[in-house]
Amino acid sequence: MRLHAHAAALLLAAALFAQAEAGAQAPPSAAAAAGTTAVPTLNDPVAAKREHEIALKLRCLVCQNQSIAESNASLAVDLRNQVREQVAAGKSDAEIIDFMTSRYGDFVLYRPPLKGTTMLLWFGPFALLVIGALVAWRVVRARKAQAAAAPLTESERARAARLLQGEEGAE
Amino acid sequence: MKRAALFLVPLVAFVLLALFLLRGLWLNPREVPSPLIGKPAPQFTLPKLASDAQFGSKDMLGQVWIFNVWASWCTPCRVEHPLFNQLASEKLVPIVGLNYKDTPQAATRWLAELGDPYQLIVVDADGRVGIDYGVYGVPETFVIDKKGVIRHKHIGPVTAEAMQKKIIPLVRELQAEP
Repeated sequence: MRLHAHAAALLLAAALFAQAEAGAQAPPSAAAAAGTTAVPTLNDPVAAKREHEIALKLRCLVCQNQSIAESNASLAVDLRNQVREQVAAGKSDAEIIDFMTSRYGDFVLYRPPLKGTTMLLWFGPFALLVIGALVAWRVVRARKAQAAAAPLTESERARAARLLQGEEGAE
Repeated sequence: MKRAALFLVPLVAFVLLALFLLRGLWLNPREVPSPLIGKPAPQFTLPKLASDAQFGSKDMLGQVWIFNVWASWCTPCRVEHPLFNQLASEKLVPIVGLNYKDTPQAATRWLAELGDPYQLIVVDADGRVGIDYGVYGVPETFVIDKKGVIRHKHIGPVTAEAMQKKIIPLVRELQAEP
């Protein structure tokens, strides 16, 4: 699997290099030039756009930080073909996503669904933000009280005045 | 006392974070939990390797079986293969092979070289059944019970430890089920 990915990357690099050498314009999709993507899409720009949008939401399980739209792993190509067929068959986005999650689990989704086990994931950062804000508020309030509670004595005030007039060197 | 408690807060937070990160060191991100555990194994009818006959997964109902996804191009498959050869020699459980995105020639050669532990092998040339089983890396091994429910999935090459401590005991346990 990994070897395949390497081969694909090499091929892609070679194709890009060749393009650059020839001074040719870059193809609209670099991957298409290398011939490693799935078969060209149906001649229907709307369906193609939908396909791409769905593919962007799905994680490639082989190269886990790429979506199946971006990855050229053979599994990603297969899954893109699945998406294409199902779009052509008139399935809704939700049906296609369900097809994927019933086989690969929620992991296949880049945007995790909101449910019991993902509450911490979704709301944890906000909870931390609120806790941080509360702590900051309390600290600032405590300092304010401290500052107010310690007025300058008479001699301190006089020295401060002298300092401000530049009569005493800095300590 | 109250001040001391305040100093403990960041310490506790740090220790918690460190524990989570430490745990993360030992987790394998490639092992994705399968939603198929406890669900009926997807049905398939596929041609057998090097034969015109078809095989349907329904034929395995009523017995516990092991479903092993492999390919001749898959290097880790070589690592686990001797364990399946041994398991087959013990005649404990039928092993069905799914030859995944491979050519019959390469697959047959591979078996001739390394031995054939499979009761039968079905050919999934375009990887569709693989997708139904949520296969994303080969090898993968499923344990399926008498009712046709997937009870365990092992991702990556089966180790001697996984075979002895998990797969074989599970097979015996499932075989004892009605």
